[in-house]
Amino acid sequence: MRTTIPIGPYHPLLEEPELFRVVVEGERIVDIDWRTSWNHRGIEKIAESKTYEQALFLVERICGICSTSHPIAFCNAVEDLADIEIPDRAKYIRTIVAELERIHSHLLWLGLAGHYIGYHTVWMWAWRYREPICELFEIISGNRQSYAMMKIGGVRQDIKEETIPIIMKTINELEPKIHMFADAILDDPVMLARLRNVGKLSKEDAINWCTVGPVARSAGVDIDIRRDYPYASYDRVEWKVITQVDGDVLAVAVVRLLEILESIKIIRQCLEKMPPGPLQVEVPEIPVGEGIGVEEAPRGECFHYVQSDGTNCPYRLKIRAPSYVNIPCFRSRFIGERISDILLILASVDPCYCCTNRTIKIDNGKVKSTMTDKDLLELSWKETEQLREHYKGYPGGGLLE
Amino acid sequence: MLFSHGLMDIFYLVIFPGFIFTMTIGLLSTQIDRKISARLQWRVGPPWYQPFADVVKLLGKEIIIPEGSNKISFLLIPFVGFAAVILLSTMIWLANIYPDSSFVGDLIVIIYLLYLPSIALIIGGSASRNPFGALGASREMKLMLAYELPFLLATFTIVVKNGGIISLGGILNYQASNGAMITQGASCIIAFIVALFYIPAKLGEGPFDIAEAETELASGPLIEYSGVTLAIFKLTKSMLLFTVPIFILSLFAKNIWTPWTILWYLLILFFIILIKNTNPRLRIDQALKLLWFPLSGLSLAGIILAAVGL
Repeated sequence: MRTTIPIGPYHPLLEEPELFRVVVEGERIVDIDWRTSWNHRGIEKIAESKTYEQALFLVERICGICSTSHPIAFCNAVEDLADIEIPDRAKYIRTIVAELERIHSHLLWLGLAGHYIGYHTVWMWAWRYREPICELFEIISGNRQSYAMMKIGGVRQDIKEETIPIIMKTINELEPKIHMFADAILDDPVMLARLRNVGKLSKEDAINWCTVGPVARSAGVDIDIRRDYPYASYDRVEWKVITQVDGDVLAVAVVRLLEILESIKIIRQCLEKMPPGPLQVEVPEIPVGEGIGVEEAPRGECFHYVQSDGTNCPYRLKIRAPSYVNIPCFRSRFIGERISDILLILASVDPCYCCTNRTIKIDNGKVKSTMTDKDLLELSWKETEQLREHYKGYPGGGLLE
Repeated sequence: MLFSHGLMDIFYLVIFPGFIFTMTIGLLSTQIDRKISARLQWRVGPPWYQPFADVVKLLGKEIIIPEGSNKISFLLIPFVGFAAVILLSTMIWLANIYPDSSFVGDLIVIIYLLYLPSIALIIGGSASRNPFGALGASREMKLMLAYELPFLLATFTIVVKNGGIISLGGILNYQASNGAMITQGASCIIAFIVALFYIPAKLGEGPFDIAEAETELASGPLIEYSGVTLAIFKLTKSMLLFTVPIFILSLFAKNIWTPWTILWYLLILFFIILIKNTNPRLRIDQALKLLWFPLSGLSLAGIILAAVGL
């Protein structure tokens, strides 16, 4: 017998609204459907009415976890457009902030993964070790999240000499903890039983579904923006791209844990090599043209495209966030798995649902590009109406009335 | 005979060792569990009265009955499980206090009563007409099939060992004259280990919280319960946390009507808390495999050992 289990739009597992309709036969999954964009914010549209400086703060608020990846990608795009070369010190500071963010994001993921499989000790311990990293951000930038460190043409704040020993101390203390986690996960038979061979993604599928970041690397696809299209100071430090071959949830966990160790290595080298000098260069008039900026966010490649018409506002901003690219691979990973593993596979791509919200209006077969406030409101009403129709007769469907 | 003391029976059922006593100790045990788990996870943990406050809060909340559910079974079934635990606790304690008063075969009645809280969860989950509830109920059913087999075999070991006594009072009298069951050879130690693993499975704790799996099924069978009915389910669970170890102790470790029981009970509680906090949740098929093959095999070996006199 086939049953449809709705996971979302509101579900204790999902911290943001998202709907996965999972069709099961007994405990086995036979089909999955994904509905997104319950909370569209129109960031790309808003950016067109902001200046470049303001748009930087806007893109920082796309996602709360990778809140420095989007600004770096945006800066890269504008700097590519206006042909700006940023000072060396700024490059190193960008690298340090991005890598610290990777550490905190991966630790956050590790904790959530522990929570999803009912291992609350891992959850709490991982978040405890993440806390010093958040405090580091507060010391460096004044904010635990949304650091506002990036600026077109450089960085907004310096990493002061007296902060460097604190960063060194924190990452030195973190390193043995990560080794401890890696050992605890790889040695625990129950953990291996839950993670191994779950949600397998073959290398071929990983390429065909266009996965990026740790998900692709766990399936043996050797891609990393930091190495392939170096920005900031990644080409000046020694580090390696972590890949695994299995493509299952265990491989993703291993990739993320080992990446934390690589990040620690990068930060250590950057702190040693960081030259003195200015933090930013004068930004010239932004010329007419277009620019592309990429950044390896903790979840994968983050892509920004900026088009300029010569004014101080971007004419068009296009963002391709990693979660949006990674989630479709669920179709090949879910089918044949058990219900108990749904959440584990969901969690393994570290989905950031606010990055997946998209909207498009098609009118008589033609894509209508501009939408007014009224259009957006009508769209929202229509969506509620569809939901009511869909859940008519379901238990709890009456709540929508 | 048990339950033939007139007015005293009401005292036994309601105050000691029935409802009030079991509830108080059970809720305090959940508090110990919550506090130790919290300290293990670098958290502060709730104040000592938190479980009582939770129950009082739930009692004051509105009961929401899902549309299209089977109202009668949905509302009544929590009380069936609850009544079973009260009766269970009373029977076990009275058999310990007055070993001669127990009737032949009350061991079987106790095992039947132990089923009822799980069956209440299954029926409640199915009656709620929620897909998560139904899934949780089906998992609870599989889990029940899984954990009952090794536990029945373990209790059977004791029956074989003491020469066919199937009343709890008889087993206690046997232990009073021959020493605690657990000291009587390898077979009983094996049975005791199997019984220890039965506790978290029975309670849906630790790696066996498969039916309620909050992140997978959003509490499974309990998903639609609220107010008094949810409070009753929570109370049933915390009372089982006290009653099941007490039952196992009276089977294996002599009469529980001594102060030593407090220590033994706390040790078992710490064991439950420890495996709960050091293991991720098992998948239902893995739990089935673990409980059927290694543990049931172990219990079978125990029975064979008991039959040859070890």
